[in-house]
Amino acid sequence: MTALAAFLHRHPRLRLAGLLSAPTAWLVVAYLGSLAALFLSAFWTTDPFTSDVVRIWSLDNLRAVVTTDVFRTVALRSIGVAVAVTVIDVLLALPVAFYMAKVARPRHRRLLVVAVLTPLWASYLVKVYAWRAILAEGGPLDWVLRPLGLGSPGFGLPAVVAVLAYLWLPYMILPIHAGLEQLPDKLLEASADLGAGAGRTFRSVVLPMVLPSVAAGSVFTFSLSLGDYIAVQIVGGRTQLIGNLVYANITLDLPLAAALGTVPVVVILLYLLAVRRSGALRSL
Amino acid sequence: MNLSRRARTALRVAAAAVLAAVYLPLLLVLVQSFNADRTLGWPVSGLTLHWWSDAWHSDGARSALWTSVKAGLGATALALVLGTMAAFAAQRHRFFGREALSFALVLPIALPGIVTGVALNTAFRTVLQPLGVGLGLFTVVVGHATFCVVVVYNNVAARLRRTAASLEEAAMDLGADTFRTFRDVTFPMVRSALAAGALLAFALSFDEIVVTTFTAGAGVQTLPVWIFSNMSRPNQAPVVDVVAAVLVVASVVPVYLAQRLSADSASGGRL
Repeated sequence: MTALAAFLHRHPRLRLAGLLSAPTAWLVVAYLGSLAALFLSAFWTTDPFTSDVVRIWSLDNLRAVVTTDVFRTVALRSIGVAVAVTVIDVLLALPVAFYMAKVARPRHRRLLVVAVLTPLWASYLVKVYAWRAILAEGGPLDWVLRPLGLGSPGFGLPAVVAVLAYLWLPYMILPIHAGLEQLPDKLLEASADLGAGAGRTFRSVVLPMVLPSVAAGSVFTFSLSLGDYIAVQIVGGRTQLIGNLVYANITLDLPLAAALGTVPVVVILLYLLAVRRSGALRSL
Repeated sequence: MNLSRRARTALRVAAAAVLAAVYLPLLLVLVQSFNADRTLGWPVSGLTLHWWSDAWHSDGARSALWTSVKAGLGATALALVLGTMAAFAAQRHRFFGREALSFALVLPIALPGIVTGVALNTAFRTVLQPLGVGLGLFTVVVGHATFCVVVVYNNVAARLRRTAASLEEAAMDLGADTFRTFRDVTFPMVRSALAAGALLAFALSFDEIVVTTFTAGAGVQTLPVWIFSNMSRPNQAPVVDVVAAVLVVASVVPVYLAQRLSADSASGGRL
């Protein structure tokens, strides 16, 4: 044992190899390997009678994804939903995070963080399920809005955007709050001393400083929205996002499903790389 | 900070409104589990404890809960080992591809669950099935571990970044070997980060539905899968309501534990 310890100490490269072997093997073999295999199958075809995958090289599936109107519409709709959810969450998160970090009494701040954090641990499915009950005909929202002469918007695209924005909101509040906590109060005071109003201070001091945090939070709101299909099934009515198309094609046409699946993966990878370039991921 | 009284009030109202909007749906889940009327009609006409006793005796919910616990423990154990090793490699060593490793580790939570799920499903069926290993609890554990590794990694890496390697070097200078240093110096430093990572890994696994759908064999039903398949059945809906309410209340437990562990970041490394 002692000999082994001494040997390891003298050979740091060997120590590193030992540490890296299992995680990389796992990541490369179990995860990246199966991902690569799936995307390889996007180039294969399906026997129209048996639905079996036939290993004949073809670009038909990828071409279909790019040229078919339905697929294009759904892909653009999904990206639109992801962008809308991200924008809504940023707009909701900024005032809340600012209040938590700078305005609330110091002894309330930790409590507020816990209050934002707790819903993240509540089940995803339970939250979507709650929204189904809220939006249902004759449900609580209908009951509240009826005296005003309005009704629940029901299930559809607006419901999907609202529910996804609800689900991922804490992922946006928490990084912005963390970023604001690191912003010294002195900077805000200096800005005020130099004659800037609240609006100008926000634009010229606060916003540039929290932008990396916003980018970090948007990775979650954007990528989680883009890949979702369960919430869409539950509150989306007949709405389809790209995840639903993938799901619908898995059993009958796996190569097509794989080709459809490349759309969110490529978009998210590009997004991640862009955010990474801005240095936002390092602040996490 | 010098904000006008009006601006402060506006911020307070905005924060209160958002928090209220966050908690109202959860509150509704609790009320719904006591709702005597089953027609989803609102307002609630009467309260009952009947559904709670139904849920207590529901075999389906019980066995699903047990399956979820087993899958969560398995995935957490796997993630603890792999995530800790990766974190030590990335934080205590310099090597080619270090950045790529930390980027690749994030992918399983960033990429859509359905893509991960389908990829693993295809891989399991082509690689494991010929070996006689079918889809079952084991494959669920493997599937969950893919995205649990990163949260353990995040927690441990953050802790290691914060604790200087000089402490370990001092231990070695005092004659402790690699293993002794790990046991007496390094491990106590990362212990609470490990616990926070494990907690989060378990919570993520416990809540997962998409990857589970594609990696679970016939008869393996975790709690989210059970909820999903029972929520549209009118005669099961009351029991689903109660299970949902229990899950909402139970979410307080990990928050409390995470605060006790005083994790490195407020989110417990989830972000």
